[in-house]
Amino acid sequence: MADTTAPVNPASDEPPLAAAPAEDRPLLQVQNVVKHFPIKRGIFFKRQIGSVQAVEGVSLEVRRGETLGLVGETGCGKSTLARCITRLHPLTSGRVIFDGVDISRLSARKLRTHRRRMQMIFQDPFGSLNPRRRVGSIIGDPLAIHGVADGGERKRRVQELMEVVGLNPEHYNRFPSEFSGGQRQRIGVARALALRPSLIVCDEPVSALDVSVQAQIINLLEDLQGEFNLTYVFIAHDLAVVEHVSDRVAVMYLGKIVEMAETAELFGSPRHPYTAALLSASMVADPEKARSSHRVVLYGDVPSPINPPSGCRFHTRCPKAQSICSVEEPPLRVQAGDSAGHVTACHFPVAPGEQLVSAAPAISAAATAFAADSPDIGEGGRS
Amino acid sequence: MSLSPFEVSSAALVAEEDQSAEALDAAGGILGRSPLRLALARLRSDRMAWVSAGMILLMVVLALIAPVLSSITGHSPYNPDLVNGTDTFGQPYGPGQAGFLLGTDNVGRDILVRIAYGARISLLVGMLATLLATVGGTALGLVSGYYGGWIDALLARLMDAVLSFPYVLAAIVLAAVFGGSLPLTIGVIAFFSWAAIGRIVRGQTLSQKEKEYVEAARSIGAGSFRIMFVDILPNLIAPVIVLGTLLVPVAIVFEATLDYLGVGVGPPTPTWGNMLADDQGSAGFGAWWFWVFPSIALLITTLGFNLLGDSVRDALDPRTERLFAMRRKKVAGGGLDASAGAGTEPLSGGTEA
Repeated sequence: MADTTAPVNPASDEPPLAAAPAEDRPLLQVQNVVKHFPIKRGIFFKRQIGSVQAVEGVSLEVRRGETLGLVGETGCGKSTLARCITRLHPLTSGRVIFDGVDISRLSARKLRTHRRRMQMIFQDPFGSLNPRRRVGSIIGDPLAIHGVADGGERKRRVQELMEVVGLNPEHYNRFPSEFSGGQRQRIGVARALALRPSLIVCDEPVSALDVSVQAQIINLLEDLQGEFNLTYVFIAHDLAVVEHVSDRVAVMYLGKIVEMAETAELFGSPRHPYTAALLSASMVADPEKARSSHRVVLYGDVPSPINPPSGCRFHTRCPKAQSICSVEEPPLRVQAGDSAGHVTACHFPVAPGEQLVSAAPAISAAATAFAADSPDIGEGGRS
Repeated sequence: MSLSPFEVSSAALVAEEDQSAEALDAAGGILGRSPLRLALARLRSDRMAWVSAGMILLMVVLALIAPVLSSITGHSPYNPDLVNGTDTFGQPYGPGQAGFLLGTDNVGRDILVRIAYGARISLLVGMLATLLATVGGTALGLVSGYYGGWIDALLARLMDAVLSFPYVLAAIVLAAVFGGSLPLTIGVIAFFSWAAIGRIVRGQTLSQKEKEYVEAARSIGAGSFRIMFVDILPNLIAPVIVLGTLLVPVAIVFEATLDYLGVGVGPPTPTWGNMLADDQGSAGFGAWWFWVFPSIALLITTLGFNLLGDSVRDALDPRTERLFAMRRKKVAGGGLDASAGAGTEPLSGGTEA
């Protein structure tokens, strides 16, 4: 974790103004965030029988004005991480430092002032807008809650916002059901913009939209980033989208970040076998390239986050896994030959140009190899 | 098919609504039709809703003109009148005799006047108790479902306790201790009715609070109170309205039951319940009008509210849209499709009206 932990000032308990000058300081620092959801049984006396380890010790930071992409397959904890950052979920442990202030333990009242500067765009353009309220009140809500504007002033500002995101301000009094998916997502964007935040966490903002509409929303988000000096944490599982919008990309697997780098570097020379497999699975628009590209097929399912594999969490599916992988967890570190910002958590990183074999044979080989060492490790989760 | 006057007027009303929406468009804003407005338009196209509303209106009018009836006929609803109200043998008059439209009871009081006064009590108790129960049940259900944890455990068990309590026994005990009165009757009915609504609201809240819009509200800094009453409540309003409408007849029957048992409002105030109770002893010798007319009044009122409740439920339930579409098609045969259809199709309105 050389990259992420080194610059973090361990004394950030002190007043925020005494910390590094505001401009150099990263806007968002996430330190060792852990989120477990308890699993409870029992009707009267609930006892905890386990927990879903959705996010397991994630550290990252986001600089002012950049877009950090967060990718990973469904269930890897990226949305949970987003909700931890915006404090929609309480953290199990770890810290979230927003603009020098640790917001992970703030009371609801104190948190409210920080919410103004940190907004969220949600995945589902249907579920995230209250069906029984008019668009004007939905977009105007942040202004009302924070007492920014009232009455005619609020209406004026809401209509301004609607114009900014490309909606017809005359539709102020309509209901969400009267809009298309793309228009609804614009409403969500307008709501997030209302308080002029510094950071917007976009939780798969385009994955529920048609491809042509996706492009519109992404372009809108990019335009707004320039116009309002926004910083984005952009979550998606569409790699093409992430490559397009992100300055840096973090790849998550089973609640952990396995690789993080500048976009071009990550897409150009992925070091983690999971990243490599993920990239090989994405569509290539050029048919010539598509024919020649090598597809790494991963076998098996993502193990259960209730009972994740020991050591490297990816070892049960990794084509390069060896016995150490099931025992020792690799730290997130700069691998030999990579630039300083490129960190990978792997014992046997993929060499540039190396072709990964599809995983099936490797997995059984690896499985037999480490089965001798540690007989209690099965494939996937032990439940 | 032939058109009833109800349908014509409903179509006209919808058309009127469209015009007002058009006027708003012209003024520079586009007014989206709220789900409740749409439901109202659907309700207007429902013939049964008009019939049931008519039944309720009849009772409301009867209640309102009760003093007028009393002064026109000169018959008091309270005082026994053995001189004018009974015949020379001291027997009550039957319906239509001696100027008593519905006859007199065994102490010579005009049954029509007493039914009219009874309507006041029934409707007052029905409405007020329902209002109290609905407001209380909704608020407690929301709190219970939203907060969860021990608050929910406590409130949910309380609802179970109230629902399983033998309410008639409780009412008898309370009336025995405090003496029957109108406020006590309303209080007892409200107390034993809120739990049914509370339970439904709690269940709905449990499902609504997991929706992303609640998360969105929290992410912009909304407090719990605001989320419950500004964001979640509008999404529960449909079942609450339906339950509330259906609770009115239950409350009215509840009130009549308490009065029949002599633990309700109590004499000399005429209520349908105590009219039935007072007269049952003498009903044996052929004075059928003693109990038939109060029963009919009770029947019309409860039937009216029950039918209205059903119509309201149909109108609020999006799954019944097909039913309404069929109904509109039938109306369309009469050349009224444009105005009848426009109210329920948000995007096609305005142009055709």
